[in-house]
Amino acid sequence: MAAAASLANPTTFASSLPHGHHHQASVSVSTFSFSNSRKQRSFKSLISQSILASTSPVTRHTSIVAAATSDSSSSGSATSFHGLCYVVGDNIDTDQIIPAEYLTLVPSKPDEYKKLGSYALIGLPASYETRFVEPGEYQSKYSIIIGGDNFGCGSSREHAPVALGAAGVAAVVAESYARIFFRNSVATGEVYPLESEGRICEECKTGDTVTIELAQSLLINHTTGKEYKLKPIGDAGPVIEAGGIFAYARKAGMIPA
Amino acid sequence: MVISSMAASSAISSSSSLFVSQKDAGVSPFSTQSSKSIQISQKKVSRKIVSVMAPRQSERKPSTTGSVKTGMTMTEKIFTKSSEKSQLSPGENVWVNVDVLMTHDVCGPGAIGIFKKEFGSDAKVWDREKVVIIPDHYIFTSDERANRNVDIIRDFSNEQNIKYFYDIKDLGNFKANPDYKGVCHVALAQEGHCRPGEVLLGTDSHTCTAGAFGQFATGIGNTDAGFVLGTGKLLLKVPPTLRFVLDGEMPNYLLAKDLILQIIGEISVSGATYKAMEFVGSTVESLTMEERMTLCNMVVEAGGKNGIVPADATTFKYLEDKTSLPYEPVYSDDQARFLAEYRIDVSKLEPLVAKPHSPDNRGLARECKDVKIDRVYIGSCTGGKTEDFLAAAKVFLASGKKVKVPTFLVPATQKVWMDVYTLPVPGSGGKTCSQIFEEAGCDAPASPSCGACLGGPKDTYARMNEAQVCVSTTNRNFPGRMGHKEGQVYLASPYTAAASALTGFVTDPRDFLR
Repeated sequence: MAAAASLANPTTFASSLPHGHHHQASVSVSTFSFSNSRKQRSFKSLISQSILASTSPVTRHTSIVAAATSDSSSSGSATSFHGLCYVVGDNIDTDQIIPAEYLTLVPSKPDEYKKLGSYALIGLPASYETRFVEPGEYQSKYSIIIGGDNFGCGSSREHAPVALGAAGVAAVVAESYARIFFRNSVATGEVYPLESEGRICEECKTGDTVTIELAQSLLINHTTGKEYKLKPIGDAGPVIEAGGIFAYARKAGMIPA
Repeated sequence: MVISSMAASSAISSSSSLFVSQKDAGVSPFSTQSSKSIQISQKKVSRKIVSVMAPRQSERKPSTTGSVKTGMTMTEKIFTKSSEKSQLSPGENVWVNVDVLMTHDVCGPGAIGIFKKEFGSDAKVWDREKVVIIPDHYIFTSDERANRNVDIIRDFSNEQNIKYFYDIKDLGNFKANPDYKGVCHVALAQEGHCRPGEVLLGTDSHTCTAGAFGQFATGIGNTDAGFVLGTGKLLLKVPPTLRFVLDGEMPNYLLAKDLILQIIGEISVSGATYKAMEFVGSTVESLTMEERMTLCNMVVEAGGKNGIVPADATTFKYLEDKTSLPYEPVYSDDQARFLAEYRIDVSKLEPLVAKPHSPDNRGLARECKDVKIDRVYIGSCTGGKTEDFLAAAKVFLASGKKVKVPTFLVPATQKVWMDVYTLPVPGSGGKTCSQIFEEAGCDAPASPSCGACLGGPKDTYARMNEAQVCVSTTNRNFPGRMGHKEGQVYLASPYTAAASALTGFVTDPRDFLR
């Protein structure tokens, strides 16, 4: 989602989202002023489009549930991601995503956030012959990760989705997720944790060119010419789109801007 | 670790009546439980009515009993109480009031960063007495960034006047830091922060350990923790509950670690994803608090959201001198709905290991006897408590031999360390664990911290810096977990770890505990 990824991958947001009855442009501006990552900045421009399109007054929601529900019921996100995929197997745990020795890096510090990206997936065993991030680079050329069952199991370290987001990952597509990783991905807005219907990780290869159409819940592998159905992202979509739980809550009027 | 009195009570009934008893809140010593038992699920085991339930005497709020509504599990009841609702079902999202938020040196700085960014640089935490900050992960290291992170949580604790901050300043001698505790999950229990019926969140996946006290406890990320710091609330989904009924007398060569490895092996590392794991049954009732903590500690290794054990006389006894705050235990209703129920006859189990590289890669210790090992590690929130060291000492004492591989001992907390050096080991003629370890040729017990369980900075004591094979009492054995990517970790109980140290191979502790 960072600059490199969005340059290489034309991330498109429709400016005609039909929903947004509880969005407010003035809120959104301040909402994103805290962004310290390139990733979030790219969200900023994208989000503001959708927000500017809405003119209806703010509705105060008393709970995230209500807000999220009304959001998802009234809109499908028109986001798509395009790029190279990196394929991993089952039970990719947080130690493989970001080994514990790098946890001294504090994600809320911009320079350390950037550094976390350079170590993304460095804990994968030697059987993974292709490095996810080349030595000396901060970002990966792969913007989509395809995995198997129980992706992100292990620790509660938020460094895991952060490292992937900082490395330029827009979305992970896995058969299933460990609970805390999924939650942290949504809360931070760092990556879309998408679920596949089947075992895509056995049909895609690292380096394949893929497109994810979020609105259609579809993954297209251009290299093989195959298409795969994904499970809808549901209520979590608008939260990630906003750039995380705080940004979303402000946008939805649940907490003061 | 089997308490002999349980042998009697489990012998009373071959049925399930004991573990389906719904205990009244906050009352009743252990011995009265069987008379209050009723027989909700005895259909599976016995058709005999063993006893009938005594009429309820005490006043109970609907929100904690749910007696006139749909039955609820104890996890569901904690959610209803903390969200101020009267009835909830699995899948519902509710705002929960948090009783305790715990953070440490690895995730604290990030959570604090988010708190400041979102609530303002001069914002105050929602309750300075409900935030517990415990440096424990990367303490005894010269890594500058790790040291800085402890400084960050110290500065924040001072600025916010955090009541429970367990500081360490003198890294050269942990004993010079009376406030320093060590591994957060063990310290939380020892310092009285774990209380039945409450909600405890922590920026660490093993926060689920505290479910041993009959509370809801789970791990969260920095962003969620930043939100809780500012508001004292968090949006949580009510999990459905898997119930594990563990019955039978525990053989003297098994520990709670074997029980949870058995369960994870059964349901896999994702078998309980999003779910609560409730542990009941005569075996669970016989377990000490530390053993219940081991059981709940590793539910996250099955993907579980929380583990939970009903509070009973053992719980209340443990809490007696640890907290003066009132607490209200809750118990699953007779009519509570469980997603699934698993029954395990503990008396038939054998010592287990989890082979590389997954906690669900279960194997019998005796079937791995040809696996040559390079080292043994005893420590962590899972296997570094006082009773874990007593268990290891028991094996060394029984063998009278010396270890054949380097054996590293890292007490979880300062209190555990003191126990290792002062408590006499039963049957040893007054020797302490530390004396027995020294005679067996182990490394001297190290300064309390998370240590090498998760690798950590390169200079961490006992970190696996080479591609070796280790038997460890810790909780995870994914690639690279203890340091080296090609290292192989066999997870085991303290009995099995000590037995393996004595032979240099993965070893069934029955070889020494006959």
